[in-house]
Amino acid sequence: MMSESLYGLMAKFNSPEEVLAATRAARDEGYRAMEAYSPFPVEGLDELLDYKPTIQYWVLIGGIVGAITGFALQYYASVISYPIIIGGRPFNSWPAFIIIIFELTILFAGITAVFGTLGLSGFPMPYHSVFNVEDFRQVSRDKFFLCIESQDPKFDANRTRAFLESMNPEDVTEVKP
Amino acid sequence: MAAKTDYAEVPVIAPGHSYASVTDKVSGVILTKKTPKGWLLGFGIAFLFMMLMLFSLTVLFAKGVGVWGLNNTVAWGFAIVNFVWWVGIGHAGTLISAILLLFRQEWRSSINRFAEAMTIFAVANAGLFPIIHTGRPWLAYWLFPYPSMLKLWPQFRSPLLWDVFAISTYVTISLLFWYLGLIPDFATLRDVADNKLVRRIYGIMALGWRGAARHWSQYNRASLLLAALATPLVVSVHSVVSFDFAVGSVPGWHTTFLPPYFVSGAIFSGFAMVITLAIPIRKFYHMEDFITDRHLENMAKIMLATGLIVFYAYIMEVFFAWYSGNHYEKFMIYNRMTGPYAPFYWALIFFNGVMPQLLWFKKVRRTTWMLFPIAIGVNIGMWLERFIIVVTSLHREFQPATWAHYAGTFWDWSLYIGTLGFFATLLFLFLRSMPMINMFEMKELIHHVSHRGKEH
Repeated sequence: MMSESLYGLMAKFNSPEEVLAATRAARDEGYRAMEAYSPFPVEGLDELLDYKPTIQYWVLIGGIVGAITGFALQYYASVISYPIIIGGRPFNSWPAFIIIIFELTILFAGITAVFGTLGLSGFPMPYHSVFNVEDFRQVSRDKFFLCIESQDPKFDANRTRAFLESMNPEDVTEVKP
Repeated sequence: MAAKTDYAEVPVIAPGHSYASVTDKVSGVILTKKTPKGWLLGFGIAFLFMMLMLFSLTVLFAKGVGVWGLNNTVAWGFAIVNFVWWVGIGHAGTLISAILLLFRQEWRSSINRFAEAMTIFAVANAGLFPIIHTGRPWLAYWLFPYPSMLKLWPQFRSPLLWDVFAISTYVTISLLFWYLGLIPDFATLRDVADNKLVRRIYGIMALGWRGAARHWSQYNRASLLLAALATPLVVSVHSVVSFDFAVGSVPGWHTTFLPPYFVSGAIFSGFAMVITLAIPIRKFYHMEDFITDRHLENMAKIMLATGLIVFYAYIMEVFFAWYSGNHYEKFMIYNRMTGPYAPFYWALIFFNGVMPQLLWFKKVRRTTWMLFPIAIGVNIGMWLERFIIVVTSLHREFQPATWAHYAGTFWDWSLYIGTLGFFATLLFLFLRSMPMINMFEMKELIHHVSHRGKEH
């Protein structure tokens, strides 16, 4: 079968409106394994692709871990490891610990946000099939792409190409795996 | 309405720009083989001053803090003044990238990148000063809590340690936020560069970014979250810096309004620095289409607003010194106004309180040659403010027997001026190697602006 030697078929568009329309049409046709590429975030594409970001849950966990770390660190150091009376304060003088708890909450949550979003998107990724398309270089400049992947059960090299060409793209290219 | 016609007059991006033209204009600065002569000259001068910083540091490490003008009475001098000043400057970058993002202020797109760069370089300088101020910087790691052979832990009830956590969190988050914002632009540079080596370098830094819709979705969410995290962080950083003073029982320091006063002062000085940098940069790189007069005007307005808060704080300082009935507080203000440092005090009132009032006039806000000196004045005024806060309170403390005079020595000044060179050196390298304007946000802006045009 021809589709096995293909990653997918990629159509190139000139505007965010065109790629949105094409993605919507592809979705109506029943395609699911596809991805749209754009030089800047285009509102609505992720919904058409049934994608919901999950990073917020990770960030919440990161923040909670940070807060617990902040308190545990100060409690351990001030109460368990080396209790020493400073200014007549109790060993567990938690109001004075709030600021470091706060800072570590932000630190852990922020680190999770950055590395989490990179990790969830699979970065760093040294190789990806879409880069085999010569024109794909324009994706970060001013072109918009829709790639229907060959792993989609509805994918058929000829019919999918005919569908993509009906969306008035600049061109349709095969993506080598 | 008058405000609406203003917006029509000066747009946030000059008309006629396309996705491609933005990309070419911004990436062209980096990908050109010809380094501009002006860049070389500026970098050369900045580099010389950076060498002055390294020289001053070497002298300091070899001889100790005795080369500075510190004495037993005034144990906090230039190092703390410069620390507070540099941290404050950093705050504008975070404000632009985080708070203005949350408020959906679209005009921030073209200035946020270099303002964030400014933040990181300023905080790098700021971090240097407390470390060398310890006198034995090679033991600076003692500030961090780790299970050491000494069995002692840092003092968690001290604002000085809170500072360690606040500043190191701030620099980490700023750096990560900045890098996250750069990834799609590194991908652009990778894709538009012709040179193989350049493509490879930017390719590695882009981590394989390909503009997939799913990635953008995750990315946007993460950016908003980071903005929401950075907003309280930036407020906390200068509040914690102010605790260094407010928690001590020294006249002039021991007041509850110090945190908001410091935070607004930080934003005030930060915007002054952004304006100081934006005016020459946009002129030199012909970026007037992206950094329009509207940007300068908006920044001038923020500077005016925060300047008024700072001026209000100066007035309240005087009022409460009188109202408290506290002998030492009253003397502190009297000494500030008429004592040995009185010229500094009145200069800071002029630079921070009086001169910015010119910003009420639209003509001043929109005319670069009028705005630029005001911004420079604020930079100087804010440095003087920190000097006055640190030094006037200390040099006439409770016991007249300990009164002393303080002045920076040659090595104080050379180190301070050297850090300006370090800052400028980093900035020049940044301008040559990284996109100074956020390309993908500018393209998003063009997209939005074109839609808005259709609706009307």
